[in-house]
Amino acid sequence: MQNDDATNPAMLWVLDGEALWGRRTGAADKACADCHQGMQGVAARYPALHSEKLVNLDQRINLCRTEQQKAPALQLESRELLALSAYIGRQSRGLPIDIAESEQAKPFLDSGRAAFNRRQGQLNLSCTQCHVGLAGNKLAGNPIPQAHPTGYPIYRLEWQGLGSLQRRLRNCMIGVRAEPYAYGSPEFVELEYYLMWRARGMKLETPAVRP
Amino acid sequence: MARAIIQVPARAKRGDILELRALIGHVMETGFRRTESGALVPRDIIRQLVCTYNGIEVFRADFHPAIAANPLISFTTVATESGKMEFRWTGDNDFSATESAPITVE
Ligand code: HEC
Ligand code: HEC
Repeated sequence: MQNDDATNPAMLWVLDGEALWGRRTGAADKACADCHQGMQGVAARYPALHSEKLVNLDQRINLCRTEQQKAPALQLESRELLALSAYIGRQSRGLPIDIAESEQAKPFLDSGRAAFNRRQGQLNLSCTQCHVGLAGNKLAGNPIPQAHPTGYPIYRLEWQGLGSLQRRLRNCMIGVRAEPYAYGSPEFVELEYYLMWRARGMKLETPAVRP
Repeated sequence: MARAIIQVPARAKRGDILELRALIGHVMETGFRRTESGALVPRDIIRQLVCTYNGIEVFRADFHPAIAANPLISFTTVATESGKMEFRWTGDNDFSATESAPITVE
């Protein structure tokens, strides 16, 4: 289902993304396509540093919306933004995740790693306990994966739609009855960054399909 | 605008069994769900998919509220002649979408 474009429902968003990519908008009246050729390999490198700030792909797209197109930022988790990130992400399908390590980015990586290892929520569980210690076992009938974010944004059958990695992480945080971070918050991007670093070398499969 | 993805083999031999697929973006709102304030969310579903092969109906499916969002239908038909395979979805709120693909039969 995932690897066949005729049956992967996320392809509906990829088509929307392709249309948005070519559409002029904002005070600058420019389309993404006016300034960019392709986006091959880009999704495999995010989150990344952008003038000393760590940004994920959705936030990077919004920077071009506001700074280049002079248009309002797209709401996180909106259909348009997911469509653009699915369209861009798909161009890296099959390419290895390639997160650069640097002195500058180390504090973000450390902070993401600490969040991954920290017990939290009323159930007092860390991500590690499930995704390292119990990976391969089952939780309420579902296999516990190793939490490698290789296919985002994903079409999740439970959502009946497309969602970002942060939406998936919210589900895991709510699952242990912790207060999830706000969409787009630095804590979330650092956690994303650590997860992508941890999955470095693995091939992207965006847009993936998950139960 | 509705978005649909169809898969029809570009060419086939007469008598071949063709596997056809039709995926369409649609919320398939059941009409049974309520908002946080208790109001019923009105039903909004696709009611029917019809596939015609050179104008002749070869497949028809009635949809019901229990079908998930973005429905994918896969079915087979026999290759008879070259021409056009057309898919037409219709539903609540005057929903209508059409998608077609050519096929060469030798
Ligand atoms: C007016 C020109 C312009 C427009 C319009 C524009 N961009 Fe950009 N974009 C840039 C420039 C310049 C950069 C920085 C290039 C670099 O760092 O190599 C960039 C960088 C990016 C990057 C990061 C690339 C990387 O290699 O890290 C992404 C992703 C991106 N743009 C997406 C978009 C999307 C999506 C749109 C449309 C919504 C868009 N851009 C519209 C000029 C533009
Ligand atoms: C109680 C166990 C548990 C804890 C704790 C937990 N998760 Fe999960 N996580 C799961 C299960 C089970 C799934 C798969 C769910 C499914 O397939 O529906 C999952 C899925 C994921 C995925 C998706 C992987 C994919 O293939 O797309 C990621 C990423 C993830 N978790 C990250 C985290 C992070 C980060 C934390 C800590 C904030 C965390 N999880 C905490 C059980 C857990």
